[in-house]
Amino acid sequence: MNHVEICKDECKGCGVCVETCPRDCLMIGDEINAIGYQHVVFVGMGRCTACGMCYRVCPEPGALTVMADVKEV
Amino acid sequence: MGKRLMKGNEAAVHGALMGGCTHFFGYPITPASEIAQAAAFYFTSAGRVFMQAESEVSVINMLYGAASAGARVMTASSGPGIALMGEGLSYLAGARLPSVVIDMQRAGPGLGNIWPEQSDYNMVIKGGGHGNYSNLVLAPSSAQEMFDFTRKAFTLADQYRMTVFILSDAYIGQMMEPVEISGPVLHGTRKDWAVYGDAASRPNLISSIYMNPPLQRKHNELLQDLYRQLEREQVDYQDIQTEDADLVFIAYGISARICLSTVHALREKGVKVGLMRPKTLFPFPKERIRELAEQGKTLAVVELSSGMMADDVELHVRGRTTVLRYLTMGGETPTVQELIANVERDLMVRSGGLSNV
Amino acid sequence: MSERTEVRFSKAKAFYDTFERKGSGDKVTHYCPGCGHGTIQKLIADCIDELEIQDKTVFLSPVGCSVFSYYYYDTGNIQCSHGRAPAVATGVRRTLPEAVIISYQGDGDLAGIGMTEIVHAANRGENITVIFVNNAIYGMTGGQMAPTTPMGQKTPTSPFGREVLRDGRPMGMAELIASLSAPVYVERCSVATAKDVLKARKVILKSLQNQVDKLGFSFIEILSPCPTNWGMDPVESRVWMQEQLAVLFPLGVYKDVTTHLVAVDPGKFHSPMDDDKLRELLRGASEVPVQRSSPLPHTQLIKVAGFGGQGVLSAGELLATCGMSEGIQVSWLPSYGPEMRGGSANVSVILSEDDIGSPLVDHPNVFIAMNGPSLDAFEDAVAPGGLILVNSAIVTRKVSRTDVRVVYIPATELARQEGLLSAANVVMVTAYLYITKAFSIETLRRCIPLVLRKKAYLNQNLALVEKVLDHCVRTAGSAGSDESDGSAGSENG
Repeated sequence: MNHVEICKDECKGCGVCVETCPRDCLMIGDEINAIGYQHVVFVGMGRCTACGMCYRVCPEPGALTVMADVKEV
Repeated sequence: MGKRLMKGNEAAVHGALMGGCTHFFGYPITPASEIAQAAAFYFTSAGRVFMQAESEVSVINMLYGAASAGARVMTASSGPGIALMGEGLSYLAGARLPSVVIDMQRAGPGLGNIWPEQSDYNMVIKGGGHGNYSNLVLAPSSAQEMFDFTRKAFTLADQYRMTVFILSDAYIGQMMEPVEISGPVLHGTRKDWAVYGDAASRPNLISSIYMNPPLQRKHNELLQDLYRQLEREQVDYQDIQTEDADLVFIAYGISARICLSTVHALREKGVKVGLMRPKTLFPFPKERIRELAEQGKTLAVVELSSGMMADDVELHVRGRTTVLRYLTMGGETPTVQELIANVERDLMVRSGGLSNV
Repeated sequence: MSERTEVRFSKAKAFYDTFERKGSGDKVTHYCPGCGHGTIQKLIADCIDELEIQDKTVFLSPVGCSVFSYYYYDTGNIQCSHGRAPAVATGVRRTLPEAVIISYQGDGDLAGIGMTEIVHAANRGENITVIFVNNAIYGMTGGQMAPTTPMGQKTPTSPFGREVLRDGRPMGMAELIASLSAPVYVERCSVATAKDVLKARKVILKSLQNQVDKLGFSFIEILSPCPTNWGMDPVESRVWMQEQLAVLFPLGVYKDVTTHLVAVDPGKFHSPMDDDKLRELLRGASEVPVQRSSPLPHTQLIKVAGFGGQGVLSAGELLATCGMSEGIQVSWLPSYGPEMRGGSANVSVILSEDDIGSPLVDHPNVFIAMNGPSLDAFEDAVAPGGLILVNSAIVTRKVSRTDVRVVYIPATELARQEGLLSAANVVMVTAYLYITKAFSIETLRRCIPLVLRKKAYLNQNLALVEKVLDHCVRTAGSAGSDESDGSAGSENG
């Protein structure tokens, strides 16, 4: 199922992806990560379209990876 | 090959081409403009790169870029222009990039005038920019040496990964003398540290940043080790009739040429004088100066400055002998007659000649 | 709906997997949370991947928050001094015609300290891509006022707000660069919204493609948030960008002529000739063959002086060339500088069997006075027993010294008679050689072609030599004799 994999220790919790996601699939969680930030968590299973907007606006190279459904033939 | 009559300025460009220099970046300034002009003609004719930049600041950064990409690079300027290059020269040293810079010294401070001085000595020998670094500094005193030193400068720059200065002056550049253009063309080779925009050099980084103080310290110590290595390997000077001399002139560039005439004239009068001419100002021939001092010879530094090299001479003499300073500033040069009069006066004072008067 | 998923968007290959240069095992950037640099640098990395130019890319990072870009990009990297990346890029470009060069600069760097370098690189049309990140302040040093800071904005160096009479107005760099003729593509974009970011990606891609296609200079200005220094949270900062910054700096294409361009030839700057050809080029036409005629009687300390345009320096060059061709030591030192471009000129020439020390001639033993002011200037400096040759066609007075030998030659008149008004110098050199026998006249004839710049006048010059010799012979009683009372010499003219 489409979703966003979050490398939690690479997230600085800026929230830009949360604001950007058109389907409210992301939110800032309560947990504090290894670099001292409340990182983003994925809450959009079933809603995510793997549009990649979150990946595009995120300032960190490897914090977000967008996974998309494989189209079965 | 036979000889050609040419100016020191033109000889330098010939030396650069024979030394494998592929890139000349220039900016006009008297008395170094002739070098850029000759480079514009010869580099372009030889299918190499000549470019006039918008400022000396840009010049030195173009050198930085081309040297980063592995080229043999050079520029030529005079005091005001070299001063503007200060930051770039420091970057070149910090990033350990090879380059060759010619300084045809003119009179300062400020705009000063366009006649020779040797008052860029401190700026060039002590670095010129910020931080703990030095340049390898060669001091030619003839048109032939303008060719020879410039030709070998690129190999030295590559070998030690540093800036090599040709510290010359307005007269050595303007003077025409016979020059023999000889030897093979010394081409640069691929450098394992340079950035070539290809797969093999992709991991390479040109930088002078060490955000970690212990690493910055290590980098500085490595540079200082390099300079000590230069002192072991590259000190060069010429001794002329110093063996039996009571007084030895120490001079470089045009001053050394005037001293040479003075030595000939005084020897004809039976006065035992000689000349020690540093061909490298960094590394400085300090061992030779120490030897001369220990032999009890009076040393007379002849330079077109307030005594910048004389200070270095005194540092290595350490009070072992008398260091006289025959200094001229402002774009004037001492005449042979003036130097003769100075020597006769000072040797007489030292031998007690005047104390009986 | 599938059970299996695949990666659609992930870390670009143009980034290192771990940022070892930043710290062992590090995977995050040094940028603050919500910083625009991270977003923009991801776009660039993504475009490098898409264009498959990773091996060819040379990334330039001058001073600013992005100075550590080399931590992240797995490409060739050059860190530069503040503002100078366009000059560095020029050096790289002239060395590596095929490299893809990215100059990544901030607003203090590019619009402040580096204004000269960016304008000239743009004006030369360097085939490079400049990414200009405009966040309206100096980020790295702590948010000080930049050339792009909006009016009234408070920063640590404008604590009461940017004020027009003190600080001027914010500069539009895209507008400025687009006003030049050479740049081929100038666009301003933003990373404020997701839509802006997608647009910025297209713009960056195009600017890199331009370079790959060798079309010329592309300049991309990107408005970028600096939440930390603006004192806003990352989301607020993006709103402020849309409401304030993008109004001050309107987004859009400022110049695009790429559709009707052809590639520039990458080899046009650099195609070195082979060594043999180089030696041939340097040997030139003026190499002097050595042929000894007779030993020099004594060291000749020669001063030639006259008006600019009388061939004073050439006379010296001819004498020095004669000396070289005799295999003796020579030096030639001109007066130079502003006075060369108007009034008088003089040259010191030394001819010697021994090594020459000082090339300066303070007390000449041969003085060739081409005009009156020169005679006035140097007469007293001539060594006792020396020789003064006077161009009596122009100099109206006599030499007053009585301890020197004086010969008067109507040089300009003799030259004029031969149709070579400017060849008085050849007359004087010929007379000098005739009188002193320093070298044979044959040496002179051999050397004139080596020094003469207008080869078409060679025969006339050689004829002039014969005419002068004839003149000297006719006036031999005076010109060739050993007069010392200052009155001897040819009175002709």
